[in-house]
Amino acid sequence: MEIDEVRKVASLARLELSDQELETYGQNLTQILGYVEVLNEVDIKEVMPMPHAVDLQNVFRPDERGPSLNRTAALSNAPKTDGQFFQVPQILEQKDA
Amino acid sequence: MSSPSYTVIIGLEVHTQLKTNSKLFCSCANEFNPDNPNTQTCPVCLGLPGALPVMNRHAFDLSLKTALALNCTIPHFTKWDRKQYYYPDLPKAYQISQFDLPFSENGWLEITNDEDGGPVRRINITRAHLEEDAGKNVHDESGQGGDSGVDLNRTGTPLLEIVSEPDLRSASEARRYLEEMRTLLLFIEVSDCNMQEGSLRCDANVNLHIHNEDGTTTATPIVELKNMNSFRNVEMAIDYEVKRQHSEFKKTGKTIDDSSKVTRGWDAERSVTFAQREKEDVSDYRFFPDPDLVPVVLTESEIEVVRRSLPETPAVKRDRFRTEHGLTEYDASVIIGQGPGITAYFEAVVFACGDGKIAVNWVTQDVLRDLNASESGVDDFPITSDLLGTLLKWITSERLTNKSAREVYAILKKRAVTGDEISVQDVETLAAEREIVRDTGALEAAIAAAIASRPDAVEDVKTGKLQAVGPMMGMVMKQVGGADPKEVRAMLISMIQDS
Repeated sequence: MEIDEVRKVASLARLELSDQELETYGQNLTQILGYVEVLNEVDIKEVMPMPHAVDLQNVFRPDERGPSLNRTAALSNAPKTDGQFFQVPQILEQKDA
Repeated sequence: MSSPSYTVIIGLEVHTQLKTNSKLFCSCANEFNPDNPNTQTCPVCLGLPGALPVMNRHAFDLSLKTALALNCTIPHFTKWDRKQYYYPDLPKAYQISQFDLPFSENGWLEITNDEDGGPVRRINITRAHLEEDAGKNVHDESGQGGDSGVDLNRTGTPLLEIVSEPDLRSASEARRYLEEMRTLLLFIEVSDCNMQEGSLRCDANVNLHIHNEDGTTTATPIVELKNMNSFRNVEMAIDYEVKRQHSEFKKTGKTIDDSSKVTRGWDAERSVTFAQREKEDVSDYRFFPDPDLVPVVLTESEIEVVRRSLPETPAVKRDRFRTEHGLTEYDASVIIGQGPGITAYFEAVVFACGDGKIAVNWVTQDVLRDLNASESGVDDFPITSDLLGTLLKWITSERLTNKSAREVYAILKKRAVTGDEISVQDVETLAAEREIVRDTGALEAAIAAAIASRPDAVEDVKTGKLQAVGPMMGMVMKQVGGADPKEVRAMLISMIQDS
């Protein structure tokens, strides 16, 4: 696996990796991909894709309201809050019209 | 003028929140509630570890209803996928959506390009799929770079994404498509379609096909337009974008092959579009089937049950108003474009008075004018369809002039202001007091008296100055309230000429 690919996957997962880590995880991922590569040898021309591991379908619930968490409970795990909102660093919107 | 040097290509993505009691995957309230942030959440919509989503049956049924009204094909098998991306309003860091097996595809919606029914254009619908809405970010407006707030009340609201083919060819056509879509969604009662509250939203994909002098065509890069919160803004943003892309192309010559799709926002205050974040490639969303939700399998007979339960669509209703009630295409569109409330009111008035044309004139002129002025809904309108229908019945049975009916209508409005209850009997009484007088004896006597009192005017009429009958008409009308002015005028002139 190329270092650039590892870097892209890390960036998509919001992981900050050092050059050494990129190297290490790149090798690990290459090994894993090599290991599952063997699956490509199976002939699946006649096999339907499996959409789900559990053989169940049509599990629904009725459209009824139930209790929600109160706000204090909802915000209790927030790294930062003003008591009303979850607070996050300013979301930037680029304006360069 | 030379032929246009380019063709405008537009595809629209409409997002509409479905009108359910509870959210898509949990039992939190599905309700617009921005004043009480983070009061409608639970472990499922907060994305807490271990919480499991369960599909809301009603949300699925409303989606099915919409897809059938849009003439879509409904596959018998559909599943749910995870679309992964990071954004503060998406607590799970993935959105439950549908990727390769949406529950509907290949539909269409017909629109007309002018109000008189012009040529019908069939706009193809690529697909409609069901997904969960994200939360709402509230930005610091002070410009000090303060934190953004996140309200997760909206997270998990059932959202239907309806994607059109790039079949639209102008900004005004895009607006018409949206108007027709909104009307349809309102009539089949699946969404409130309130753009201010965000229950109807629209993104537009726009580019140009430039016609080169050598007969070939060059496509400009596709731009996805966002942040348009009214149909008018959609139209303005597309118009702006068409001009911008054309001048950009003349300057840089950049084609669709030189640039991947970019996102631009609409700035309504400055009336310009501006560049936003680069869109991640489709594959970067890393869709995969959601292991927490099982697929939905439908039979043809289940689909048929929903199809048969569909209410009359606006298009069918428009045709019926023309053939059954004698309305013009324009009048039918005006009534139906006002939404289900006014349309039901109109139908009740027609039923009561038996004349579509008289009913449509009164509803589109008097009722709509008064409704707009009062800013109240048709359900709170004091002159109910029963009352108006009763009044108009007097006109259709030729017992009341239009002018007298307007007097009655004005009296009813005044009574409504003071809060008095108005009954059908009140309308009957007020109308009866103004009934057209068929008693020619009384009318002839009044006319004879008027003629006798104005010999000067009589001379004028005899010499051909017919407008001189005016004052005499006034005298007669004053004496015989319910007289038909046209008839009085004709009788006056003929009695003078015979004298």
